[in-house]
Amino acid sequence: MGLINSYRLRWQRRRLLARAFLHRRDLTVVADRMASVRPQPILAFVTLRNEKVRLPYFLQYYRELGIDHFLIVDNASSDGSREYLAAQPDVSLWSTTASYKGSRFGMDWLGHLLRRYGHGNWCLTIDPDEFFVYPFCETRPIRALTDWLDTTAVRTFSALLLDMYPKGPITGQPYREGQDPFEIAQWFDSGNYMISRNPAYGNLWIQGGPRTRTFFADKPKLSPALNKVPLVKWHRSYAYISSTHMLLPRGLNLAYDEWGGEKASGALLHAKFLDTFAAKAAEEVSRGEHYAASAEYKAYQEGLSKHPDLWCKWSEKYINWRQLEILGLMSKGNWA
Amino acid sequence: MTVAGAGARVGFLMLCHTALDRAAQVARHWAERGCPVVIHVDRRVAAAPYAKLMADLADLPDVRFSGRHACEWGTWGIVAASQQAATMMLRDFPDVRHVYLASGSCLPLRPVEELAAYLDERPRTDFIESVTTEDVGWTVGGLSVERFTLRFPFSWRKQRALFDLYVELQRKVRFRRKMPDGVVPHLGSQWWCLTRQTLSAMLEHPERARIDRYFRKVWIPDESYFQTMVRMVSSNVESRSLTLSKFDYQGKPHIFYDDHLQLLRRSDCFVARKIWPQADKIYAAFLSDDRSRQAVAEPNPGKIDRLFAKAVERRTKGRPGLYMQSRFPNANWENGRTAGPYSVFSGFSDVFENFEIWLSKASGTRVHGHLFAPDRVHFAGGEHVYNGALSDSAALRDYNPKSFLTSLIWNTRGERQCFQFGPGDDQTLNWFMAMDLNAQISVISGAWAVPLFHSNQNFSDIRREAARLQKLEQEFLNILRSPHAKARTRIWSLADFVENPMEPLQTIIDEIGPRQGRRLTEAPRMADLTGFGQFLQNLRNQGMQPVLMGDFPVGDDPKPTSTRRGRPYLVK
Repeated sequence: MGLINSYRLRWQRRRLLARAFLHRRDLTVVADRMASVRPQPILAFVTLRNEKVRLPYFLQYYRELGIDHFLIVDNASSDGSREYLAAQPDVSLWSTTASYKGSRFGMDWLGHLLRRYGHGNWCLTIDPDEFFVYPFCETRPIRALTDWLDTTAVRTFSALLLDMYPKGPITGQPYREGQDPFEIAQWFDSGNYMISRNPAYGNLWIQGGPRTRTFFADKPKLSPALNKVPLVKWHRSYAYISSTHMLLPRGLNLAYDEWGGEKASGALLHAKFLDTFAAKAAEEVSRGEHYAASAEYKAYQEGLSKHPDLWCKWSEKYINWRQLEILGLMSKGNWA
Repeated sequence: MTVAGAGARVGFLMLCHTALDRAAQVARHWAERGCPVVIHVDRRVAAAPYAKLMADLADLPDVRFSGRHACEWGTWGIVAASQQAATMMLRDFPDVRHVYLASGSCLPLRPVEELAAYLDERPRTDFIESVTTEDVGWTVGGLSVERFTLRFPFSWRKQRALFDLYVELQRKVRFRRKMPDGVVPHLGSQWWCLTRQTLSAMLEHPERARIDRYFRKVWIPDESYFQTMVRMVSSNVESRSLTLSKFDYQGKPHIFYDDHLQLLRRSDCFVARKIWPQADKIYAAFLSDDRSRQAVAEPNPGKIDRLFAKAVERRTKGRPGLYMQSRFPNANWENGRTAGPYSVFSGFSDVFENFEIWLSKASGTRVHGHLFAPDRVHFAGGEHVYNGALSDSAALRDYNPKSFLTSLIWNTRGERQCFQFGPGDDQTLNWFMAMDLNAQISVISGAWAVPLFHSNQNFSDIRREAARLQKLEQEFLNILRSPHAKARTRIWSLADFVENPMEPLQTIIDEIGPRQGRRLTEAPRMADLTGFGQFLQNLRNQGMQPVLMGDFPVGDDPKPTSTRRGRPYLVK
């Protein structure tokens, strides 16, 4: 990586930070409870739209992990998400009616909040359908992880986005508010992931899983990226490039070992494929507010009509993080 | 209790810098059980928490606070703090015989009375790990004896580049500090338990000022000062630490959490470090007086060793053949390109009918067809999805063939995979497989001509295809014969192979080996080669030069009659 490239990336990072700064004007404060947050909090950053049915379990899950405060941007929900969130004691809420696409799929909004409130803290940036799993998460709160990362001077923690799905058509079992989504979406693909290095930013590019297997088998290049770096000890000079797939400065993407060893890593269980998905796909296709004009959602709509079932006989039933560790989907590294 | 030790006590020095509430809890535990405690708090801790700690422990007469030093890791401050606290301990508590150096994140694993009784039985013994620099294998950064002979003006944590550069420079110019007379460098764990005699001899050593001046500039003196000094003043050193402390590959201490409770109960050490401050269960369990709960498990300290040794191995070597979001080794750093041995057969399914079925029976393994065929992935049994939900889509496989193969081998760990390969398949992985120690590659060169010979195509098409396949196979063979290739490779020409097929087959099967020592009794059925020599001659007549299949004279067709009859065939 030559000087010119470093310089180019520096300017890209500045552009991203400037965008985030400009997009701060999109946001209106609904509930600001940042003053009541404890020192050195572990923060969660979320953008969402019409996710009311998911929120109770989502908040419960992350409260139990030990997230101290949620910073949420509500993008013009009409299902009561906003009112629900505004009433939560550990949520600070901003709302916007601006374009999701226009803000780099919410990343400009979150970029602003990260820079303003995340500096010096451990920040978990997630979607409402992503559930963070890390080694020992059943017995150790997330602060045990961040304390350990602090002592080993590690700034980022990577996670594989693991698509979970039910057996049978995804509309087969309706999701009730407050329910653990993985009671329905219990299954995942254990070993069909494709990995390559992205020379531009030094991150790993991971694709595969059930979406690639069923919707993108003939156009693999278009299948969605599953590499994520959701947990970062934030600094105001950092910027996410696209979703939470990669960051600048580039060194933050080096959450993997290149010399044969394993660094510690986790997984984001992705509860996308519930009965709510069909409605969501239809809405997103008509809104066109997602990546590449919602091409992904178009593929899903098409694919779902052909193969309504993501399940196959090699699907693995989810048990716990240890199972994911044994399968090689995440690693304890040297955390024991 | 021995007469000499009657009324003697053990005193604790505690070096604290964070989680002072936990330190207070432990100090109270010790003090209330008759052990004096001298606490040193890092000078970098703010006044308010320090005052709170003092207030918390104000009711305990046997707890003292010693003068504060800034304790940056790897610097002299920690030694100075220990010296001052030890001086105070010896001065204020004349009945203390053993002094135990602990940290604020230490926790007693066994009751204090057990420690006291243990030390009473060994009233003259100093417990301190003290190893000569030649014999330590654990120093970080490759610095052991150089800790004593170089200068370290730069911070290892904050100015790493300068630190390394300066070390390198001193090595280049062969700079060496002079050691004071009588100093023989020793290293060891910084947590010790020394007798009053030994400790006071160190603190009152006539040469102390000179030795201290020297050690101020030694790197990480807390791991060497007392460890070296003890050899000058004590004759009864037991070189081990009574504190359980495990280090990772970077020299950082491992931390204990609530889920280690059972493990810690099985340790036979008196004190453990370091405990995560919020491990409520551990603190509650070991600071309670309810000893019936602590005595249940038989000591098994080896278990802890194994756990942490495994963690270090996972971090440094990883699991061979695994590629994932936190392990993506550079080429040749994989520690095993694939997760286990597998066999590649090129040409066998052309020479034999139903070779896959035969091989599966004979070797007891999973045998696939052409995994890299252009139309789709031919998994065993014609499956469309395979272990790990691998798809049979050729587009997906060709998008990242390396991930495909490594995933397949990883997903089927413990079950050997065999597959067919040939010049008609995707050739991207030729180098990858050839460089893989786990690959067993067997090639019958020129066998691709057999299906052409049997095919019903126009001869000009056959000729063009033959030329193409021969070129591809030649490239494959060149790779396999390269001096860099690491795979276990066997190559026969078609002519050599059909002459005596059983011996090569036996060798391959033996190597795959789950049924070792078994002799092959049934041979696979060989394709009909009558007229094959003429076929090759026709290719030659058309201007092509078939070379890879070896010598097939026209009219002198091979007669593998014995196998074609399918009767039992025994190789002696």
